[in-house]
Amino acid sequence: MTQATITPDGRQAGPVLMDLRNITLRFGGVTAIKDISFDIREGEIRAIIGPNGAGKSSMLNVISGFYVPQEGEIWFKGYRRGPMKPYEVARLGIARTFQNIALFDGMSVLDNIMTGRLNLMKARIWSQALWWGGAEREEIENREQVEKIIDFLEIQNIRKTPVGRLPYGLKKRVELARALAAEPRILLLDEPMAGMNVEEKEDMCRFILDVNDEFGTTIALIEHDMGVVMDLSDRVVVMDYGRKIGDGTPDEVRSNPEVISAYLGVEHA
Amino acid sequence: MFYREAGDFKTSYRDDGQTFPIRLDRWGYYAVLAVAFLVVPFVIDSYWANAVLVPFLIYAIAAIGLNILTGYAGQVSLGTGGFMAVGAYAVYKLMTAFPGVPIVIHIVLAGAITAVVGMLFGLPSLRIKGFYLAVATLAAQFFLVWLFNKVPWFYNYSASGQINAPERTILGWAVTGPATSASAKYLVCLVFAVVLAWVARNLTRGSVGRKWMAIRDMDIAAEIIGVNPLTAKLSAFAVSSFFVGIAGALLFAVYLGAAEASEAFGINKSFLILFMVIIGGLGSIFGSFAGAAFLVLLPVLLKNVLVAQFGWPTDLAAHIELMIVGALIVFFLIVEPHGLARLWALTKEKLRLWPFPH
Repeated sequence: MTQATITPDGRQAGPVLMDLRNITLRFGGVTAIKDISFDIREGEIRAIIGPNGAGKSSMLNVISGFYVPQEGEIWFKGYRRGPMKPYEVARLGIARTFQNIALFDGMSVLDNIMTGRLNLMKARIWSQALWWGGAEREEIENREQVEKIIDFLEIQNIRKTPVGRLPYGLKKRVELARALAAEPRILLLDEPMAGMNVEEKEDMCRFILDVNDEFGTTIALIEHDMGVVMDLSDRVVVMDYGRKIGDGTPDEVRSNPEVISAYLGVEHA
Repeated sequence: MFYREAGDFKTSYRDDGQTFPIRLDRWGYYAVLAVAFLVVPFVIDSYWANAVLVPFLIYAIAAIGLNILTGYAGQVSLGTGGFMAVGAYAVYKLMTAFPGVPIVIHIVLAGAITAVVGMLFGLPSLRIKGFYLAVATLAAQFFLVWLFNKVPWFYNYSASGQINAPERTILGWAVTGPATSASAKYLVCLVFAVVLAWVARNLTRGSVGRKWMAIRDMDIAAEIIGVNPLTAKLSAFAVSSFFVGIAGALLFAVYLGAAEASEAFGINKSFLILFMVIIGGLGSIFGSFAGAAFLVLLPVLLKNVLVAQFGWPTDLAAHIELMIVGALIVFFLIVEPHGLARLWALTKEKLRLWPFPH
């Protein structure tokens, strides 16, 4: 295993938590991801950036088990992960949010966040049917944990509101709350700031940093806002047309000529 | 004394999670239960039991069952009549095969057998959704009714092809067979309805219910947070069929006394119960009762008004009744597509602010 190293801003990055080796993903004739390898270390914020259609979301879908890559290996916590269903991946401790919000509109905010803890709730159906024995105690214990997250994300006042009635920015926050409720080892965020105004973005940045700081959650995120990415993340992977064209600290990536040409275009003399 | 939660502070999560958080609601619920158990059994006559209350309670149980599947778990089913038939024939076989065992155990076992059958027919739901699933469950409806008509073992080789409920007692009171009193029929159905409604409420407020609703609202997101679609869908089918099976068993053994599969449990039953769920409100236990009340009580009420009050001929009244019920269904669905339960919830929300809405 890799030794712990110090990141440029002085923070301690842990050992490798997830290692993706030579991932290739094809849809029929289209190759969405071409032979990409990178790792995610314990406790870091890892960003994946790239132009539209670069394969970033596909990469996240590979990690969360939606897509099974044709080639390559995924190592998590030191073990190689076989092909898995998304719900099995969730049980390993990988939670995610979606680019286009995927909340349960028919349920209240509280219930939505409680669904995040489904894997931690063990009461049998019999006990729940009679609301006797473990069921009620478990419900209350998990409610206490969920209330901590509600406090943390400052959404106390909308607890009992049906999610369908909330504005966009709050929905994003509730989705983050649901992912956090699962107490994940790795949190995958697919464009957490898409469509937000500056103030909402600032709030979201603060929450992401706080989550990373206080819970020690490892975070992998996709984001288009370069300012946000460069400020938040410890290390950045840059993708273009399914290939990896850069990997390193924000500063290294920023000065990488291939990255610049992918984003700004190349000057043809 | 206003209908309000202000001043009624909840100091524990247990209090906060209760079914009726508003005090007046709670009292109303206890009052209804008290009247249902302590007053109605003494004043009920056989007309009220047979025409109104017993079918209302039995259909309410079936509607709760279907509501769990369709309203909470989002899986459309048109097989309810077939599953009710499974409950009825199961309880009949059990009653005739083991006469010494108490009838209540038979009824619960009939529910369990239906749950297994329901799970079997729920398997296609893992691959198909929506209208296509409805068609697949329609197959269950026709296959089950055909099976009970075709295989004489199910009706104990009786010449008429019917099943007849033998007389059984609970604590010395006849609850099935011709000697059953109106209040006995009513009480048996009431106890089942109250207990099952309570069970349904418990299941839907806990983690099982959240799994179902997650699958209903967005199955992909449900899977990503760790819900196994297989167990969530099949458990919904099992629990739903358990309720529907008990409703079928009660309908045959306590209410009808004799039944024939294609007549008592045809496709009409499936539609009737689906309409109850839609009109009452998808995803609401109260809505199941409201929908059952609407479709059971309204025709009786109309018949009484038209024939007894206006003195119209019975056949004309029967036709007019169908037209009025149909029109009212359309009317209610236009006014509130989410059903009577939503209408009730909106009323309560307004009532909470009344009379000072600002």
